Amino acid sequence: MHPVLTLVVQRLALGILLLLAASALIFGLTEILPGDAAQAILGQAATAENLANLREEMGLDRPALTRYFEWLGGIVTGDMGNALTNKLPIADQIAFRMSNTLFLAFWAALISVPLAILLGLIAVRYQNRWPDKLISGVTLASISLPEFMIAYILIFFFAVQLFWAPSFASINDGMTLLEQLHAISLPVAVLTLVVLAHMMRMTRAAILNVMQSAYIETAELKGLTTFNVIYRHAFPNAIAPIVTVVMINLAYLVVGVVVVEVVFAYPGMGQYLVDAVVKRDVPVVLTCGVIFAAVYIVLNIIADVVSILANPRLRHPK
Amino acid sequence: MKDQLDHYAARVTAGKMNRREFMGKAAALGVSAAMASTLFAAAARAMSPVAGGVFRMGVQGGESTNSQDPASWASDVPIAGGNCWGESLVEVAPDGSIEGFVAESWESTADAKTWRFKIRDGIEFSNGKTVTAEDALRTMERHSNEDSQSGALGIVQSIESMRVDGDVFEVTLGIGNADLPYLLTDYHLKIQPDGGFDDPTAAIGTGPYTLETDEPGVRMTFKRNPNYWAGGQDEIAHYDEVEVIVLNDATARTAALQSGQVDSINRVEPKIAALLDRAPTLSVRATEGRGHYVFIAHIDTAPFDNNELRLALKYALDRQDMVDKILQGYGSVGNDFPINGAYPLFDATIPQREHSLEKAREHYAKSGHDGSPIILRTADGAFPGAVDAAALFQQSCQAAGIPLEVRREPNDGYWSEVWNVQPFCCSYWGGRPVQDQMYTTAYLSTADWNDTRWKVPEFDEMLLAARAELDEAKRKEIYSKMGRMLRDEGGLILPMFNNFVDGVSNQIQNWSADPNGPQMNWYASKKTWKA
Repeated sequence: MHPVLTLVVQRLALGILLLLAASALIFGLTEILPGDAAQAILGQAATAENLANLREEMGLDRPALTRYFEWLGGIVTGDMGNALTNKLPIADQIAFRMSNTLFLAFWAALISVPLAILLGLIAVRYQNRWPDKLISGVTLASISLPEFMIAYILIFFFAVQLFWAPSFASINDGMTLLEQLHAISLPVAVLTLVVLAHMMRMTRAAILNVMQSAYIETAELKGLTTFNVIYRHAFPNAIAPIVTVVMINLAYLVVGVVVVEVVFAYPGMGQYLVDAVVKRDVPVVLTCGVIFAAVYIVLNIIADVVSILANPRLRHPK
Repeated sequence: MKDQLDHYAARVTAGKMNRREFMGKAAALGVSAAMASTLFAAAARAMSPVAGGVFRMGVQGGESTNSQDPASWASDVPIAGGNCWGESLVEVAPDGSIEGFVAESWESTADAKTWRFKIRDGIEFSNGKTVTAEDALRTMERHSNEDSQSGALGIVQSIESMRVDGDVFEVTLGIGNADLPYLLTDYHLKIQPDGGFDDPTAAIGTGPYTLETDEPGVRMTFKRNPNYWAGGQDEIAHYDEVEVIVLNDATARTAALQSGQVDSINRVEPKIAALLDRAPTLSVRATEGRGHYVFIAHIDTAPFDNNELRLALKYALDRQDMVDKILQGYGSVGNDFPINGAYPLFDATIPQREHSLEKAREHYAKSGHDGSPIILRTADGAFPGAVDAAALFQQSCQAAGIPLEVRREPNDGYWSEVWNVQPFCCSYWGGRPVQDQMYTTAYLSTADWNDTRWKVPEFDEMLLAARAELDEAKRKEIYSKMGRMLRDEGGLILPMFNNFVDGVSNQIQNWSADPNGPQMNWYASKKTWKA
């Protein structure tokens, strides 16, 4: 078997073990949290009697381990079960929320990744001159502002003052793609601003590192233009670290955008998970947690595989 | 200038500006008197209803865990949706009287023990099924039987027996209650086919709109119910569609209203309300309600078992300062009992307790407290501004030499771990339509939610006597005594009653105040229309 394939299989097997561990950990933590779903739902309206009734109906009166293995048994056989709180099937909710999250992440990534790499290349080309300083300055400023602040600033100008974009991103199946893109324009802009700096700085650093090599000097002596040197000789050798940082940012776009979701009232996974934690809806928390962990694991495997494929020495080990 | 004029015209229509003011403002904008007069007449002619359009509400208080089962409702979004598709037997009108919904008329025996509700003739649920007294009975059963998880369980527990007599639903109580119809206005008690036993989340009711899409924690959409019993679209419930959009973030909510993406929002933050009201396309509408913010002490736990200490705390509290700083004036001062002028039979002659450091010191000295810190627990979620209010309270206590210490708790789990558990904490009450219900919910010895541990047999007796008393003058007298007693001896420290503060687009006509709840008690979709 090809060594890369072996690695992927090994990583996947490890990933599944990791998911199991993550789910056990999440379950343990939700059990430690004070209160349970019944108390969270009834809140101020709880009485001993309706609490007991609700617990019994939700099955919360059974031992914790029974509940965990029941959930695990379900998920292994592909049945996510129903939410404790509103009794709706978790699978439907997650399908709806996950597709929204991926939709937003996809468009944010589509804009931010090429943009970050391009800006990184430009920054290297004009290293320590004004374009480099401008790009670094602006992107670092945007990453330094909290994301909700950027969101409020964009809302104030583009939604409230200019009426160009909606202030909250409500999308549904009845809208055309163009309408949906218009609806998510502000959140995409915020996410782009947030992830840009990290990827751009990493691209810049990785390429600059390669630029110190002797073969770059050779290429320059051959008479290639600076941009060609960067593009043909430096960039391919800097791919591994760039892919790693891109993957980390993609993972962030999928699992870490709850603040942006809240500000734009966007129905994504983050908001769903937070609601579930507040209401102690353990099956939903577990399922979301495992999906998030899976996203991280898969993206990391991809990053490793790409790093290996991009490096001839690792691709053809002796 | 047109924007400004439109804004003033809208304020006239809303009843917030009189002719003199309008003419003055118009003149300042350089409009001739004749022109201004015409404009005023147009604005003041309360425009006749316009049928059609979509009403979009941006509402705080929705989660992805919400359900359409009325028994589970506890926050604003499900209630906003519920008032579109469902109706209870009766409802409290804005003037505090009782209005018939599913029930057409009602009567009681002289001892107020047996109540008969006649179901409206021939009205239908949105699935086409005719509403019967049996449905009403089954609904009450579902909320009151021993399997009930309903938030209304505490309310319907006083029912001893129920039966159906033709088109009449009859309730018999263990102890007579002149206010029973008020209890049945509770928002959980939407009448459902077969009481919702088959499918509690079906959202089938007799309301003016029917549920089209339901995305918990995101939005709900409704269509006009063509068979609505109360009349056609040009008479009532004028919109074609209603949309309830979950906007939990305060800034997102205000921005949505300002950018015209929604027509009304609830919970405008008091600190921005005055600023927001200046925007030309919308108005901020504050409604005096019965809700109040409280500091509650368990009077059976040291050191709060000492009434002198409680009085010291009560006198140390600067109520007006809190209304000004926490509510920015959108509220009124409290008087340490949970009743205000928005309740029927309120006794306005009960003297207002004033802030007095001198008296606070005096009572504190008499209490003989050992000087150990008195811990007040608070959290952001206890009520809006609770952490700041606790800090203000701490400062005024400090001035009186009372060692109050504020301890901040996480929002998460506050209602299960702190409220009704810890001896002194911040909380809020939504208020109830009548005094009896408010006292029964939280100040009766046997009440589940007796969060001040106010267990006084004499008080209980008065409450029960008032409940069955049909002579209003006598009732008022008893309630007045109860109010005074709680004010002087209770564990309730009540700094302020909060207003409902809504933001409404100027396109929306016929908006009126309803002390029973925000957003015209969530009937805005039924009573307003778009110009």
